[in-house]
Amino acid sequence: MIAPIVVVGGGHGGFHLALALREAGVQTPVILVDARDGLPVQRPPLSKAILANGDATTRGRAQASLPFRPADFYARHDIRLRHATVVEIDRPRHEVRLADGDRIAYSHLVLATGARNRRPDIPGVDLPGVVELRTPEDALHLTGALDDEVDVVVVGGGFIGLEVASAAAARGRRVTVLEALDRVMSRVVSAPISEHFQVLHAARGVEIRTGAFAAAIHGDHRVAEVELADGTRVPAGLVVLGIGILPEDRLARDAGLSVSNGIDVDSTLLTSDPSISAIGDCAQFPLAGVRRRLESVQNAADHARTVALRLAGSPEPYCAVPWFWSEQFSSKLQIAGVASGEEDAVVRLDGPRGFSVLHLAGGRLTVVESVDRPADHVVARRLLASGAMVDADRARSAGFRLTDLLADAE
Amino acid sequence: MPLVTYRLNDDENVIDVPEGTSLMQAAIDGDVDGIVGECGGNAMCATCHVYVLGDAVTRLPAMADDEAEMLQCTASERRENSRLSCQIKMSSALGSLAVELPEEQ
Repeated sequence: MIAPIVVVGGGHGGFHLALALREAGVQTPVILVDARDGLPVQRPPLSKAILANGDATTRGRAQASLPFRPADFYARHDIRLRHATVVEIDRPRHEVRLADGDRIAYSHLVLATGARNRRPDIPGVDLPGVVELRTPEDALHLTGALDDEVDVVVVGGGFIGLEVASAAAARGRRVTVLEALDRVMSRVVSAPISEHFQVLHAARGVEIRTGAFAAAIHGDHRVAEVELADGTRVPAGLVVLGIGILPEDRLARDAGLSVSNGIDVDSTLLTSDPSISAIGDCAQFPLAGVRRRLESVQNAADHARTVALRLAGSPEPYCAVPWFWSEQFSSKLQIAGVASGEEDAVVRLDGPRGFSVLHLAGGRLTVVESVDRPADHVVARRLLASGAMVDADRARSAGFRLTDLLADAE
Repeated sequence: MPLVTYRLNDDENVIDVPEGTSLMQAAIDGDVDGIVGECGGNAMCATCHVYVLGDAVTRLPAMADDEAEMLQCTASERRENSRLSCQIKMSSALGSLAVELPEEQ
């Protein structure tokens, strides 16, 4: 009998891999090893719907919508869920070893181990009232704490930090966001987008402090205030840490696989061992000539489909157009593409509501960021998939619409 | 509760859908094949595409811009009765209806 395909991690990558294997007609047994108890769950609602204000019914509905699929799904598709922690990959024997001592043989192993939250190394970080957000349990704890606490300090002005700030402010909390760099979300969006969201947060009463480092968290038995590097103290009944994530690559590293910023994989998402793939947040892969690691639902799910098709006998290099989104207050941010680092032109398109920012590298469109312009986002995905060239002067001319380019391309 | 019939080829699944629950979520909860729902109901992925059958089309909630645009990204052809099922919430005004699922999401 052929050994099963073993998937480590029940996040978006792991779940979609199991789903895509069955959709591709692969009949090999699949074992999804998840360290978390319960059914595998999706994460976007943890910083959005779960944190929103609402009565018990609304909250119950948000919580009930977390699992990707009900238990029946796994049984019906012969996907075995194993709640256990993998502690070692035994590559010569093609086995993984679990914390309880059991071993599972694999014909192919897929690491979908995701990431863990970075934690600031500062005094007071372990005080009660200092929380982070990764699991459903974290989100439920946080939404409960938002009922009780008035002063909320968010450490880190990235997607997660700002989505939490938005939910907390909408629930009437006094919110301060501490961002170490000179603008929010600077790692993932351009300056005009940061500016838009900073203005939006300020208008809703969120105080965003840029260039602000949390130096210490103070409190007797529970958090009371956050001290900044410049000595300023900000009152805090609740501190939410959102300073980014680190790829969960320990298993791969210990097994001697090539690991740098995440688990190194080739264009088909194979690691340095041809029996092991890595997908999602934990994998560093080549895309458009740059080795990168992306942290998104789209990346995990599209990686999963690429690996499933390879295991089904149709190998193809990974080439999906990345997309991301965030929702803060009433504004929806949608991003298509990723920067190559060689961008030399930026064009802003303004409309009656919202705007888009186009980024070009040598005349080629690489990234389109849209705020409340879903039409631009959708057109951008198609343009990016076809490698569209854009004349910056034309794009800056009056009356230009992104759809004009689509007409050229087709 | 209103009933929603999901048709895929010759398969039919009939699901009780509580008011306030989206047709995408009800399909997921009911373990219906043919709906992926990759983005979890945020009108970002177009993998919960359905064709709404019959005159139920006239009772549907109006389409917001993001749904209308994302329908350009469906894997199967967009038709006049195409909708993203994550954006259709069951209501007393909508009531029972049937949808056909596309070949590909």
